[in-house]
Amino acid sequence: MLRYASRPLSSLKKTQARWFAAAATQSPDGIQQGVAFSQLLKRTPEEAFRTPELVGMSAMNSETKKMNLFQAVNDAMAIALATDDTAVVFGEDVAFGGVFRATSGLVEKFGRERVFNTPLTEQGIAGFAVGMASVGHTAIAEIQFADYIFPAFDQIVNEAAKYRYRSGNQFNVGGMTIRSPCSAVGHGGQYHSQSPEAFFAHCPGVKVVTPRSPIQAKGLLLASIRDRNPVVFFEPKILYRAAVEEVPVEDYELPLGKAEVLKKGTDVTVVGYGSQMYVLENAIQLAEKKMPGLSCELIDLRTILPWDAETVIESVNKTGRLVVAHEAPKTSGVGAEVAATVLENCFLRLEAPIQRVCGWDTPFPLVYEKFYMPSMIRCFDAIKTAVNY
Amino acid sequence: MDKIMYEAQRQGRFSFYMTHFGEEALLGVVAALQPKDVIHGQYREAFGLLYRGFTVEECMDQCFANVADGGKGRQMPVHYTSSKHYFQSISSPLATQIPQAAGSAYALKMRIPTQYHANDSERNCSVCFFGEGAASEGDFHAGMNLAATLKCPVVFVCRNNGYAISTPASEQYNGDGIASRGVGYGMDTIRIDGNDMWAAYNATKTARKIAVEENKPVLIEAMTYRVGHHSTSDDSTKYRDRKEVERHQQFENPITRVCNYMMNQGFWTQAEDDQYKQEVRDHVMSSFKNSQKKKKPPVKELFTDVYDTLPPNLVQQEKELERLITTYPEYFDFLDEHEKS
Repeated sequence: MLRYASRPLSSLKKTQARWFAAAATQSPDGIQQGVAFSQLLKRTPEEAFRTPELVGMSAMNSETKKMNLFQAVNDAMAIALATDDTAVVFGEDVAFGGVFRATSGLVEKFGRERVFNTPLTEQGIAGFAVGMASVGHTAIAEIQFADYIFPAFDQIVNEAAKYRYRSGNQFNVGGMTIRSPCSAVGHGGQYHSQSPEAFFAHCPGVKVVTPRSPIQAKGLLLASIRDRNPVVFFEPKILYRAAVEEVPVEDYELPLGKAEVLKKGTDVTVVGYGSQMYVLENAIQLAEKKMPGLSCELIDLRTILPWDAETVIESVNKTGRLVVAHEAPKTSGVGAEVAATVLENCFLRLEAPIQRVCGWDTPFPLVYEKFYMPSMIRCFDAIKTAVNY
Repeated sequence: MDKIMYEAQRQGRFSFYMTHFGEEALLGVVAALQPKDVIHGQYREAFGLLYRGFTVEECMDQCFANVADGGKGRQMPVHYTSSKHYFQSISSPLATQIPQAAGSAYALKMRIPTQYHANDSERNCSVCFFGEGAASEGDFHAGMNLAATLKCPVVFVCRNNGYAISTPASEQYNGDGIASRGVGYGMDTIRIDGNDMWAAYNATKTARKIAVEENKPVLIEAMTYRVGHHSTSDDSTKYRDRKEVERHQQFENPITRVCNYMMNQGFWTQAEDDQYKQEVRDHVMSSFKNSQKKKKPPVKELFTDVYDTLPPNLVQQEKELERLITTYPEYFDFLDEHEKS
C-alpha cells in the first residue's frame, strides 16, 4: 500500500528531476504538444506519397522505411556516396558513426578513404571541403555542433561563398556541403543550442537549408549535396530521434529555394522553419480552438537563403497578416528579413503589424530555456495580436 | 613586368599592385612541377602563372579589370585566377589556401576524373605558397595538421622573405622559422636558400616525388628577402633601412645569380641579355597599350556567378539597378567605360 501511495510523489520527483529532458507535454488547454503528436509527420506510406513533390515517385517505387531524422540524413549520405564516386564524408568523430549517429555504418559500406575523421579543427574542416570541391569533388563535411561553426566562418564566407564569383566562373565549390546539428535540445545552454542561420543568411554565394522532418531531411540534403553551390545544412538536433516518418527508400530530392505550405488558411500567415514548425502547429491548434472560425496558413521556409519570398508574399496578400517565428534572437534574425520583404511587397494589404516571435536578444540560457524559447503560448499570443489588431 | 606595372599604378592607371622583387628564384618551384599540379598561391607568385603560359597581357587585363579579365573584373589587381593553368584564384584573406591545398591534394590522391581535373595518366599533387607571416594564422596549423594526418600529396612552400608588411620575422615567431613546425606536424621538411633557383627547383622536384609516390605532404621553407615594398600601398623605408635592401639587391639578387651562372657556363652573353631585356620591355609595353584600351566588363556581370544561376532576389535587384540607370543616366555616366550588356 505504501508503495502505491508514494507513486504520485515519485512521479512528481521524476518531472522535477527531468526538467532538462525534452518530452511531449499536456498544456492547460488540452493541446497535445510535441513532435510525438504532430500531424505534420507522415507516419504511413500513403501519407508520405501524398505530398505533391513526392507523388510522382510512388509510381516507380512505393517502398518506405520507418526512419528518424538522423537515419534519414544517414540514408541521404549513403545514397550520395553510392551514386557519386567523388563524394566523401568527413568531420570530427564521423568514422565511428558520429556523436548523433548520423554517419553510422558509412565507413563499413564505403571505406575509410571516403568516410574519415579529421583532426579537431572546424576551420580546417571547412577549408579542406573548399579545397576538395574546388577540384570537382563532392565534399560532405560535418561540423559537430552549429555552435562551433564560427572558426569556419572565414572559409565559408570569404572563400566558399565567393569562389565562383571571384574566379569569373572558372572555378566553383558547388560540390561542398556542410551539415551541422543546431537549435535547442532542452539542456544545451550557450554552446549546444544555437541557431546561427542568420549569420549565413547574410552571405551571398552560400545557400542555407534546414529540414523539419525525416522525409524533408533526406530530400533536402540530397538536393543540397547535388546543388552546384556551397550549402550549409542545419539539422535541428532535437528532431534526430523525436521525428519519425515513413521515408521513401528511393533516391529523391526536394527543391531548394522553395517554401512549403503545410496548412492552407485565410486569416493569418504563420512562417517558420526547422523544429519551430511543431511549436507553430500547436500554436495554430490553440488559436483555432480559442477563436472558432479562425483559419491559419502555415508555411515552412525550408531554404533560408535564397528564400521563397514569392510564396510568402502570395500568402500574405491573401491573409493580410503575418507571424514569423524562430529560436534565434530577434534582432536581425531571419524574421527581420522576412518582415521587411513582406512589408515592401504587401504594404497596402497588411491589416496588422508583422509579428516576430523569437528568442530574446540574449545568449542561449540554460535554466531559463523555457522562458527564452518562442513557445506555443508566445506564438499563440502573436497570432491573437495579429488577428485582433 | 613588375617595374612597369608598379609605375603604372603610381600614375593612377589602376588601384593596386604587388611586385616580386627579390623572390624570383621561386620560379624554380613551379618549373619542377607538372602542368596539372594544382597551385594554390598567396599573392606573390605570378611568376608561376607566367611560367605556365598565362600572358603578360592577361595579367594586365586582370589589373585593369577589363572585359578580357578571366575573373570578370571582380577582384583587386594581382588576384589572378586561371583554371586552364591549374592556378587557383588568389584571395586576400591569408593562409586560407593552406587547408584548401590539403583538400585538393586529397582529392587528387583519389584519382577520379572530374570537370576540373582529368586525373588521367600521371599522378598530380597540390602546391601551396604562403609567407612566414601567413604561417601564424590558424589556417596554417589546421592545414598542415590535416595534410599530415590525412596523407595528402601536397608540397607546402613557405616564402620566408623576412617581412609581413612592416613586421619583421623576429616579431612574427620565436621558434626556428617555419621549418621547425613542419617537423612538429610530422612531415618531411627542408629549408633552402630561397634566392637560389636551382635549390628551389631541386627541392621541389624531390618534394613532389615524395608527395605523389608516398602520399604525404612536404614542407619547403625558402629563405629569401622581400626587396620591394609589400605593395603599392606600402612605403618600406618607413620601417627598414635602405642599406639593408640595397645589400640584398647587390649580393643576393636571384636573377643576377642565374645570369652570372649562365654567362660563366657560356650559355648566355651580355649582348643577349641586353637584347632580351629590350624584347621583354617592348612586349610588356605593347601588352600594356593593348590592355589599357579595352573597356570594362558589361554591368550585368555584377550579378552573375554569385550562384550557378540567378536567384529571384538578384533577378529583382538587377532590374532595380537597370531602372535607376535609365531614370538617372547623368549620375551613371561611368557606364560608358563598360561594354554594353
